[in-house]
Amino acid sequence: MDWIAMATGFILILMGLYGALTNRNILRIIVSFSVANTGVNLVLVAVGYMRGRTAPILDEAVPMADAVTRIIDPLPQALVLTAIVIGLGVTALMLTYAYKLYEEKGTLDISKCRDLKW
Amino acid sequence: MIRRFAVFLLLLGLGAIFADLLLGYTPSEELNLTARYYAEHTAQDLGAANIVTAIVVTYRGLDTLGEVTVLFLTATIIGMVLARGRKHRALQRQLPAAGELLTTGSRLLVPLILLLGVYVFVNGHLTPGGGFQGGAIVASAALLLLLTDPLKRFSHRLIAVMESVSGLFFIGLGVLGLVYAGGFLDSRVLPNGAFGTLFSAGVMPIIYSFIGLKVGAEFTSMLTHLAETEQS
Amino acid sequence: MNTVLLSIGVLLAVAMIGVAWLTIRATRIATAMLAAGLVSLFASVLFLFLAAPDVAMTEAAIGSGLTTFLFFFVLGRVRGGQS
Repeated sequence: MDWIAMATGFILILMGLYGALTNRNILRIIVSFSVANTGVNLVLVAVGYMRGRTAPILDEAVPMADAVTRIIDPLPQALVLTAIVIGLGVTALMLTYAYKLYEEKGTLDISKCRDLKW
Repeated sequence: MIRRFAVFLLLLGLGAIFADLLLGYTPSEELNLTARYYAEHTAQDLGAANIVTAIVVTYRGLDTLGEVTVLFLTATIIGMVLARGRKHRALQRQLPAAGELLTTGSRLLVPLILLLGVYVFVNGHLTPGGGFQGGAIVASAALLLLLTDPLKRFSHRLIAVMESVSGLFFIGLGVLGLVYAGGFLDSRVLPNGAFGTLFSAGVMPIIYSFIGLKVGAEFTSMLTHLAETEQS
Repeated sequence: MNTVLLSIGVLLAVAMIGVAWLTIRATRIATAMLAAGLVSLFASVLFLFLAAPDVAMTEAAIGSGLTTFLFFFVLGRVRGGQS
């Protein structure tokens, strides 16, 4: 399972980057970035996975005493939790700027925005 | 053409690096040192059943504080960017009325969604979930209200007060940890209590509830700022 | 690891890659946004299989819920400016 998830994550990163680099519509670029973001999260969680172990939550099924041999690494999960929330913040900022750009220029095509090009 | 080629070359290089990483990856059989520490000590020291919550709130609480700050900054910047120059653009658009089903359904669902959100962040130390998930669920209740009536306006003052009060309590509890327990954001201000009950794990559920309220308020403020670009 | 779970995992992975292709190549931009939300939703199921229920919950609520709605809010505001 971890191999599948990791390979999928890497492929998603590549596809997201491809979409972001070849599209010209700024909304499409942002959508592609969010796909790449999902891919990064998948890879990170897959690194923490271990075969035959269960989630890092202690209850009747996983008693305190043999937690060390029963649970997977909780640290990547905590990191990805942070990454997802920050990802939404970044996406929201990008979308706001895209909206502002549209208001100023009347277009979403980045090849038409040449103010800083020389 | 050159651009396409450059993109292709870049992706090829990245793909080679990724393939190398994937082929060289060997899954570990044992927990590493940090993870082992968390697995052994979380239940005894902090009394939390969900180890991920213990890491997010207590072991790496400073990290979470930074994350909440980033979200706050994002919400502020969105408000600032969208508020500027809104006056001179009066777009009149006839909005179709929301159907009976959506109106009645949202009246039924919004309290239930709010309740679920509160449940998720109050039980963050026992079950999967916590402040961030609960906050997102609370914000989706606001989203449902906005879908029902796109011209609905939430009180900005209420959102701002909720956001800052929960932020203050978060920091205040952290400072209490500095005074009464081991350090900043230490959860052992209150006794650990019985393992696996609602009132356990010290102040961890309280801190996570405040994080939930703060995150919910921040997401709601992002959504309302974007929704208010629609001119009434 | 039993075979059923493994085959569901492979199926999810293939579906995610297919939907991601739709995201970067769809003709209509609304389709691309919905497809991005779908990628997140499949990813959250995959997180559940990877024994990460916390992350799965976050991804479902934030990644596939709120993000998609943010996209559609902005799309509704800029309609008519699509290229």
